[in-house]
Amino acid sequence: MNTPQSELQRLIVIGNGMVGHHLVEQLIERGATEQYRVTVFGEERHRAYDRVHLSEYFGGRDAQFLAMCDADLYAEHGIELRLNEAVTALDRDAGEVVTEAGRYAYDRVVLATGSYPFVPPIPGNDRDNCLVYRTLDDLDAIRAAAETATTGVVVGGGLLGLEAANALRGLDLDTAVVEFAPRLMPMQVDTEGGELLREKIEALGVQVLTGRATQHIEDGQASFHRMVFQDDKVLETDLIVFSAGIRPRDELARDAALEMGERGGVVIDDRCLTSDPAILAIGEVALWNNSIFGLVAPGYQMAKAAADTLLGGELTFAGADMSTKLKLLGVDVGAIGDAHGNQNPGARMFRYLDEIKQEYRKLVVSSDGRKLLGAMLVGDNATYDTLMQYYSNGLELPEDPAALILPSTEGAPTLGADALPEGATICSCHNVTKGSICATLDAGATDLGAVKAETRASTGCGGCAALLKSVVDHELEARGVEVDRSICEHFAHTRQELYDIVRVEGIKTFGELIGKHGSPQTQGLGSSSAPKLGCDICKPAVASILASCFNEPITDAAHIPLQDTNDTFMANMQKNGTYSVVPRVAGGEITPDKLVVLGQVAQKYGLYTKITGGQRIDLFGAHLEELPDIWGELIAAGFETGHAYGKSLRTVKSCVGSTWCRYGVQDSVGMAIRLEHRYKGLRSPHKLKFAVSGCTRECAEAQSKDVGVIATEHGWNLYVCGNGGMRPRHAELFATDLDDEQLISTIDRLLMFYVRTADRLQRTSVWRENLEGGLDYLKEVVLEDSLGINDELEAQMQTVIDHYECEWAGALQDPEKLKRFRSFVNDARPDPDIIVTEERGQLRPA
Amino acid sequence: MTSATAEAPTMTQTWQPLCTKADLVPFSGVAAWIETTEGPAQVALFYLPGHATELYAVDHHDPFSDANVIARGIVGDVSGAPVVASPIYKQHFRLDDGQCLEDEAVRLRCWAVCFEGDRVMIQA
Ligand code: SRM
Ligand SMILES: Cc1cc2nc3c(=O)[nH]c(=O)nc-3n(C[C@H](O)[C@H](O)[C@H](O)COP(=O)(O)OP(=O)(O)OC[C@H]3O[C@@H](n4cnc5c(N)ncnc54)[C@H](O)[C@@H]3O)c2cc1C
Ligand code: SF4
Ligand code: FES
Repeated sequence: MNTPQSELQRLIVIGNGMVGHHLVEQLIERGATEQYRVTVFGEERHRAYDRVHLSEYFGGRDAQFLAMCDADLYAEHGIELRLNEAVTALDRDAGEVVTEAGRYAYDRVVLATGSYPFVPPIPGNDRDNCLVYRTLDDLDAIRAAAETATTGVVVGGGLLGLEAANALRGLDLDTAVVEFAPRLMPMQVDTEGGELLREKIEALGVQVLTGRATQHIEDGQASFHRMVFQDDKVLETDLIVFSAGIRPRDELARDAALEMGERGGVVIDDRCLTSDPAILAIGEVALWNNSIFGLVAPGYQMAKAAADTLLGGELTFAGADMSTKLKLLGVDVGAIGDAHGNQNPGARMFRYLDEIKQEYRKLVVSSDGRKLLGAMLVGDNATYDTLMQYYSNGLELPEDPAALILPSTEGAPTLGADALPEGATICSCHNVTKGSICATLDAGATDLGAVKAETRASTGCGGCAALLKSVVDHELEARGVEVDRSICEHFAHTRQELYDIVRVEGIKTFGELIGKHGSPQTQGLGSSSAPKLGCDICKPAVASILASCFNEPITDAAHIPLQDTNDTFMANMQKNGTYSVVPRVAGGEITPDKLVVLGQVAQKYGLYTKITGGQRIDLFGAHLEELPDIWGELIAAGFETGHAYGKSLRTVKSCVGSTWCRYGVQDSVGMAIRLEHRYKGLRSPHKLKFAVSGCTRECAEAQSKDVGVIATEHGWNLYVCGNGGMRPRHAELFATDLDDEQLISTIDRLLMFYVRTADRLQRTSVWRENLEGGLDYLKEVVLEDSLGINDELEAQMQTVIDHYECEWAGALQDPEKLKRFRSFVNDARPDPDIIVTEERGQLRPA
Repeated sequence: MTSATAEAPTMTQTWQPLCTKADLVPFSGVAAWIETTEGPAQVALFYLPGHATELYAVDHHDPFSDANVIARGIVGDVSGAPVVASPIYKQHFRLDDGQCLEDEAVRLRCWAVCFEGDRVMIQA
């Protein structure tokens, strides 16, 4: 089966960007490595990453996160990846590719070199702090330059220019956009749309200068640069980012005398072959039918066709649609097809402008009013998906097309998933049609995750996520699949529904809840009047709900049978049936006296002692019957329970901050302790971890926590929904420069909203990822009170806080509760089967 | 007097007092020592007040973790049968007959238990 390496054809891919990588994935998927020995050259030092989401690099994502695949994918398939090695020439006569490191023979070559940002030929454009926005290294350079800058200018008011402007704003620079054309985004929007866009962007504090041609750049007086315009007006700034369009990186092809377009680009045919059939070109470097496609979806389609060509197939690239939907600086912009209406003589237009809400929509329809030819949206993209379906599938428009863009009144015609034909493209990145989604469902897929895994739909730019979900939901329903989200056999409700029931009806015990709302088939065992039992799924979940609503002690008789053993005995059970003891050490700050007590208690009870990953001390190996005595001594020394056993706040990690550290800008220890004391004891769907760092060096690793707080000169930046553990996730920046009180009320609301709406055992990271509407929605709810529930959330948090008591202190006061801490009800001796042995001077299970 | 069905009784099994009703925890478990013909054993006692069978006794020893912890598991019902979930690796055992629901080959021993006034009696 396996062809010897030496007999394989040598395939060289030049460029390891998004499209070059997609080609490699296609080759792997189709087993092309049986036929080709593949070598990939990448000029950048990073392996292929998601350039579309490049800006998230400033939002806390790192190169690792943006990477398009696991580091070892290529090697696993015998593909050689040579990063940091640019190809300098394509020697067609010798059949070799040339780099500074050597010459490499090829049988076939694929050019996937993408494009470079165009820098207008303005004298002074090569000064320091004149940068571009295309690669991770570019962003590093911008970040470094921004450290000493207070102002920044983006030259170019197109799509990428506005994205760059947003990035500069995020780096705390006073930002301006300078555009040569009379309006912003001249390619996508018309005069009205451009005007609206300007107003919206200016309202965000970004200065917009249109119709300005820069003549030259020189030394500034107040700032680093001075830009001089055609009318001798000037603008001073510390930093300039050029974003004036892209140009294909076609120099290799040009030098090798391949056929080129008049204005650049390597000419390819439908099978992605250049004028030399040994050489293919794909992505932004390729010119097909006189067009360059500056978007990722067409590039992926080319990659698919190229892979097929290399394997002798017939698949062709048939052009692609350039429709786009974007959120730039928080402003929705959408352009579909012939958005300007200037490519279809006789086309008719409908326009809607709302100056109050600042929304603009335009439809371009065929002269008979039946087909949608194009559309333009500014300010609200809600109708984009529907319009896109009319456009790309050539669906017949409704009687009155204007209804599609009028503000949604009763019965506005939105296009349901069922109205789409089988051939409708749902995901254009991966070219997935409604038909192929249905086929996956028919083949046994039962949920969205399975459809995504099978078809890869919505794993590219992500723009199709909402549409995909509605198609899958609708099709599942049509197949009679009821998407069952019941928590377990005892309740036909989700955790969120149970939560709402408990709150609305004020239900305070599990018995009452299952009695009133348990599944009808859950009849009492044996006799119908007997109380229903529940199970190890619903009982702890309900216990947690009751606790986060009313915060009664979990050791109360009604709640005891609901808890996991850890909550019952307020300690973590270990593998031999003993328990660990973790007192709270808020913020990781501990006095020497308390440290001594921990040592003494550990010594007295023979407990194994270890520093945890959460900045506290864990004492392992306590027998059930020893727990009350151990806690008696700890509480007498001023300790309280650490809830290491609960689905509740664990620790708030801190760094020393301004108290000791020369870089600290706020008192991070103080804030960590304040937060830990505020939220200790809050029962939640899963455990919660916080951290507070005293400056951007981030020694407390706040960006890996559910709630991360990083000090700034002006206050605190809040990051949310991070996770370490099995599937690490960086926390996302949620709000900036908050003062102490704002920080706390924001966390109050966020946590209570999570407590209300998450599934059982769902960490904030997973909850956030499943939240429809994503981070923006979460911000709307928590920061803008879009649901009008913030007062309620804060009040509820206050109730929980007011009812806090140390569960161990409470239990020690109550002989009834203490009765439980017996290994045997009829014998005081310890369990003889617990056997320990010594290792490194401490005891451990034998 | 209500009692659970137990394994086939051997000739020498006798009823012995174990503890009192006050030692039990409603809808949860406690552990106790008993003398059996094969020597001492640890049993887990579960108390379901108001149910047709109110008392159950099964092995306290968890065969999966080899630790004595069954009494500290959560009591519940699965498809109508009362069960306890091991607190360590969460397997379910039927209280009626000790059968493990996740592994057919594993079964806890069971004992007949009943109330005699306030005393809990066990047959072993
Ligand atoms: C003691 C400790 C390890 C240590 O020796 O350092 C520990 C021990 C346990 N961890 Fe952990 N984790 C400990 C820090 C962490 C950390 C690090 C941190 O908090 O900074 C993480 C990754 C950060 C995170 O959670 O995002 C961590 C991620 C986990 C996970 C995976 C969670 C996830 O979302 O992927 C589990 C499993 C779970 O919760 O379902 C887990 C579960 C456990 C359990 C409860 C497993 C179990 O059920 O027996 C361990 C028992 C603790 C005990 O008996 O006391 N532990 N665990 C640490 C206690 C910290 C503390 O002071 O409370
Ligand atoms: C900030 C930003 C936002 C964007 N947003 C979107 C969006 O929302 N939607 C969308 O569809 N598109 C978007 N794009 C465009 C999208 O990223 C590109 O269409 C896509 O990356 C093109 O892929 P490519 O592989 O052709 O080129 P690239 O991704 O640029 O990859 C080309 C690679 O080849 C390397 N290379 C070049 N010459 C050589 C050589 N001689 N030797 C070795 N290696 C070489 C380059 O260093 C580069 O790594 C965005 C782009 C940017 C910069
Ligand atoms: S990493 Fe695994 S083994 Fe180590 S403490 Fe955490 S859960 Fe236990
Ligand atoms: S359209 Fe880009 S991921 Fe589906």
